[in-house]
Amino acid sequence: MNIPILSSLILLPAIGAFFIFFVKSNNKKYQSSKYVALFISLANFLLSLYLWFIFDNTVSEFQFVENRKWIAGFVNYKVGVDGISILFIILTTFITPLCIISVNSTIENRLKDFLIAILLMETLMIGVFCSLDLLVFYLFFEGGLIPMFLIIGIWGGERRVYSAFKFFLYTLLGSVLMLVAIISIYWMTGTTDVEKLYVIGIDTKYQNLLWLAFFTSFAVKTPMWPVHTWLPDAHVEAPTAGSVLLAAILLKMAGYGFIRFSLGLFPIASEYFIPLIYFLSLVAIIYTSLVALMQDDMKKLIAYSSVAHMGFVTLGIFTMTQQGIEGSIFQMISHGLVSAALFLCVGVIYDRMHTRLISQYGGIVSIMPKYAILLMIFTLGAIGLPGTSGFIGEFLILMGTFKKNFLVATIASLGVILAAAYMLWLYKRVVFGKLINDNLKKMVDLKKYEILILWSLAIPTILFGFYPEPLINTIEVSVSNLIEMYNLNVEIYLGKNN
Amino acid sequence: MIDFNLILPEIFISLTLMFLLIVGVFKKNSSSLIYNLTILSLLVLLALVLNLSHIEEAFIFNQSYKIDNLSNFMKILTLISAIFVMLTSSKYLKLIKIFKIEYPVLILSSILGMIVMISSNDLIVFYMGLELQSLALYVLASFNRDNLLSTESGLKYFVLSALSSGLLLYGCSLIYGFSGSTNFDEISLSISNVQYGLTFGIVFILVGLAFKISAVPFHMWAPDVYEGSPTSVTIFFAILPKIAALTVFIRFLYVPFINMIDQWQMIIIFLSIASMIFGAVAAIGQKNLKRLVAYSSIGHMGYVLAGLTTGTNEGIQSSIIYLSIYLVMNLALFSCIFMLRRNENYFENIDDLSGLSKNHPVLSFSMLIILFSLAGIPPLAGFFAKFYIFKAVIEQSMYFLAIVGLLSTVIAAFYYLRIIKIIYFDPEKEKYDTDHSIGLKLSLLLSTIFILIYFIYPNGINDLVSKINII
Repeated sequence: MNIPILSSLILLPAIGAFFIFFVKSNNKKYQSSKYVALFISLANFLLSLYLWFIFDNTVSEFQFVENRKWIAGFVNYKVGVDGISILFIILTTFITPLCIISVNSTIENRLKDFLIAILLMETLMIGVFCSLDLLVFYLFFEGGLIPMFLIIGIWGGERRVYSAFKFFLYTLLGSVLMLVAIISIYWMTGTTDVEKLYVIGIDTKYQNLLWLAFFTSFAVKTPMWPVHTWLPDAHVEAPTAGSVLLAAILLKMAGYGFIRFSLGLFPIASEYFIPLIYFLSLVAIIYTSLVALMQDDMKKLIAYSSVAHMGFVTLGIFTMTQQGIEGSIFQMISHGLVSAALFLCVGVIYDRMHTRLISQYGGIVSIMPKYAILLMIFTLGAIGLPGTSGFIGEFLILMGTFKKNFLVATIASLGVILAAAYMLWLYKRVVFGKLINDNLKKMVDLKKYEILILWSLAIPTILFGFYPEPLINTIEVSVSNLIEMYNLNVEIYLGKNN
Repeated sequence: MIDFNLILPEIFISLTLMFLLIVGVFKKNSSSLIYNLTILSLLVLLALVLNLSHIEEAFIFNQSYKIDNLSNFMKILTLISAIFVMLTSSKYLKLIKIFKIEYPVLILSSILGMIVMISSNDLIVFYMGLELQSLALYVLASFNRDNLLSTESGLKYFVLSALSSGLLLYGCSLIYGFSGSTNFDEISLSISNVQYGLTFGIVFILVGLAFKISAVPFHMWAPDVYEGSPTSVTIFFAILPKIAALTVFIRFLYVPFINMIDQWQMIIIFLSIASMIFGAVAAIGQKNLKRLVAYSSIGHMGYVLAGLTTGTNEGIQSSIIYLSIYLVMNLALFSCIFMLRRNENYFENIDDLSGLSKNHPVLSFSMLIILFSLAGIPPLAGFFAKFYIFKAVIEQSMYFLAIVGLLSTVIAAFYYLRIIKIIYFDPEKEKYDTDHSIGLKLSLLLSTIFILIYFIYPNGINDLVSKINII
């Protein structure tokens, strides 16, 4: 009998959370619940690496598919992975243990509950990336709101209530239309199974409306301009581990959704709405980069830079070229690593100084040299300097865009310059200069576990910058299959209309 | 020849309640005995109803009384909820000193009325059941007679309910006048073309029924009565009458008047939309938990009605599933409210929940699940309830209704989140007592587990409900 490896991946963290729930909560035992969480999440990481190892990247079909009856005669519990989703699963399982290690200093009260929330979050996020049924996808996609709401609300900063509410209501409002669309698709085609829907296709008359319904949900989650305003608030108030999860993985759900559902299910509508996406992406890239320049709060600055980076991602996805989509996926993975690391870096100095205002810092390089080096690596990664993973992603996206639209690509390239401006300026103000603030002298350099976390993020950032082959190989066949299918659909449609 | 087996449950409950009344009169200090006997007799009643549950369709008393899958399911639902309601509230009754012999007897007679309503296939039988349950409820609402609010709520409920019963009766007479019969099946045979007299009759009866389930614009009594009545009566109000009223809604609209669907569909759509929006918006500013539950139940009834607008079996089934899941959530929520007790005092303001999670992690966790489920967030049971409704609604291409419904869930989510915020994010207060009765703990535990793991095996209830085919 085969082991249902995907279901194990999904269930393992939930079982861990369940287990921790029943550990008696006195202060000493907190440590043990932390080790349980760490052990579970590491086991899950190894399991996902094993999955990658046995994954066959020469075929485009979904692999390790499990199909079980769920709601009788209506929805099946169906999961499976292809080259696109497997990378996101590994990203999730990789980031989660790092989050768990990082709670060492940041979370003081109710550590047990926090670990439960993080593990449940992992379950739901892995579920999002491998579900092959629209309703199952929706379930995981929306379910993530509950633990995230609590993470921001319980362990957040001063304005945590406002941010948690804003996050929850924005995302919920975005998603309800997707539910209507999913049910409509069921009544039109008789199934919500994604694989079957790829074959059946959806009536072109309704594609535009359905596409918009999915778009509202994904646009809020991405987030795209003008519905991005929840993100800076959520990031600023969330505890470090929460920001990391949010930036590294939650935002990627929407990008993944665009690729899997918007392109896959509604090719005609996607073609129709390309100008809209280009416009919104460009606004996101230019406008939020400018906004980022003016921030005096470090977390807010990085949050806005996330919006800009996700602007590149949506731009790349809707170029419908091999380079563009591969670049977008690569950019998402790279942004997952880099933004996670940047939030952790902010967390490191926030723990010591309890302020995130840039003006309070300056001249850290002389007291925290190890920190300065690591922050440099990630700053360069965020800028997209050649030799970091950020470069490959942005380069591929711009290459894809130049193929399709010269003007859009030119404007987007300006965004790269702006990114360099705000990131380097941030770095300069925090790390270099004179030590004005006397309190800074008390700061100690990175502790062992902080070094461990940050280097384990820095190594893949540099590694994939020089050697992107393993990632590209994994996604190549799936992406080219997607584009083939897409082009075929569009050609047939155009052929009919002429 | 009348087959008395079919109405054995009704006969049994009538005899029991008379017997209990006599015991109560002749034996001193027998409230505890009667309370326990009531629970026992409800269990026996459940067994009797289950014994009949294999019957697909049977009539009795000149076709005026009907046993079918719908009535069986709804009766079982009524009885199970009644048992849990009784289990949760015994300690509360003792502490606020209304643990009297009349209380369980009134509850039983109200349940008898509901069961008659559920099985009625005739306007007169239906009216009789309705009045029996309402009369018992008027007294129950004002049962804490030394309390000003309780008396007020009983009176308020009585006046408004009597008015709505009057309208309902007028509707019955119109329908009788225009169709020549009071029997549902015969009415449906005699309708050949649309007669406006019949339409008026339908409207009047719908007003009466909408009053019973507190749909907007006939909801005005609900918040005051919910707040004023003793909590043990509020939980009864919030759960049981709705089952019976929904059954009559289904039977009345789908048996005699299914062919006049274009006459009543718009009315139900209006009731549904108005209830959903009003329930969501009005609950936002509430400070009292019971009042908030009243508004939220108005909203939830809007979703139940949305299922009824479709005119299909799927629609009815989705409404029934919604109601069943909603009852469980309500039961769980009230169990939590019963647990807010400190030094023999019960607390029912939202602020009293402040920081509950620090002192009572398990109770807060249950509330978290219940509230997210009420808000309809996946993967909890409340989401599936809404999902089935929207599935049925969208099948009929009523996109407007579906979108309005979903948007009002977002508004409603706000006030549920507010409670969660108060429980989890706010500073803590004094501890509450933890010596709850086993019945209360059991009902909270079972209902929370149901809500939490419904998604693992949704087919159980679905299979049962899918047998209910009215059309």
